[in-house]
Amino acid sequence: MSAASIIFYIIAAFILGTGLLAVTTRKIFRASIWLLFSLIGIASLYFWMQLEFLAAVQIIVYVGGIVVLIIFSIFLTIKSGEEMPKPIFKRNLFAILAALSGLAYTLRQISLYKFQAPENPAPFELKVGDIGRQMLSTTDHGYLLPFELISMLLLAAMIGCIVIALKQKDSVKTLQS
Amino acid sequence: MTGIPLTHILFLSTALFFIGAYGLFTRRNMITMLMSVELMLNSVNINFVAFNKYLYPDKLGGIFFSIFIITIAAAEAAVAIAIIINLYRSHHSIDVEDASEMKY
Repeated sequence: MSAASIIFYIIAAFILGTGLLAVTTRKIFRASIWLLFSLIGIASLYFWMQLEFLAAVQIIVYVGGIVVLIIFSIFLTIKSGEEMPKPIFKRNLFAILAALSGLAYTLRQISLYKFQAPENPAPFELKVGDIGRQMLSTTDHGYLLPFELISMLLLAAMIGCIVIALKQKDSVKTLQS
Repeated sequence: MTGIPLTHILFLSTALFFIGAYGLFTRRNMITMLMSVELMLNSVNINFVAFNKYLYPDKLGGIFFSIFIITIAAAEAAVAIAIIINLYRSHHSIDVEDASEMKY
């Protein structure tokens, strides 16, 4: 077993362990911190696959953006020191059963399927320049249309967030009364 | 790098996906449910990148899918948190059991 595969198994155990803690811990602030570690583990998996650009995007967007947003919203909405109530036993049992049966079925399908790897695989190099060129090209295998759609989607989401979270004094009062 | 077969990376992402699904089933708090959804989206990203790297090393399709999924996940998280904060203002709770006006 080479050093690279040992590192892969260490990263995999780290991701799964912190992910499991993130969905089972009963203190919500700790859950968000475990999620942060899990996302960092996924970024290190991208580093292990030599995809430095994607790892950087993962760290910037998820670790720097989404987790910080989640922590802010935790502070805005609930008392972070309080423990959440335990899940109901019946629901917990059925959730474990559903997750385990789905996991077993998918793992069996993956291990039975014969993946056809190319005969002489070209060395996989990810150049950021290639990504940018293909993202903005209008020829075959160009991604200009999804790129523009995504920019419209982000703009719509931004305006939508502002409109939703805007303080509407009248409507809140009528709801409370 | 060459020592790891593709199936082991797929095992990792499958396990992560079902950890997220378990969290989505058991949690009743909207923020923790959102965190579970983020875990599931990340496991899908791992799948796309691994397929791109192992099966089609001369193309970049999987990388592009991952980048677009990351972008959409960011937009989704922002909108979801805006909705959660607005719900907290009117209901003073972010438990899904308390927000049942539109259930039936």
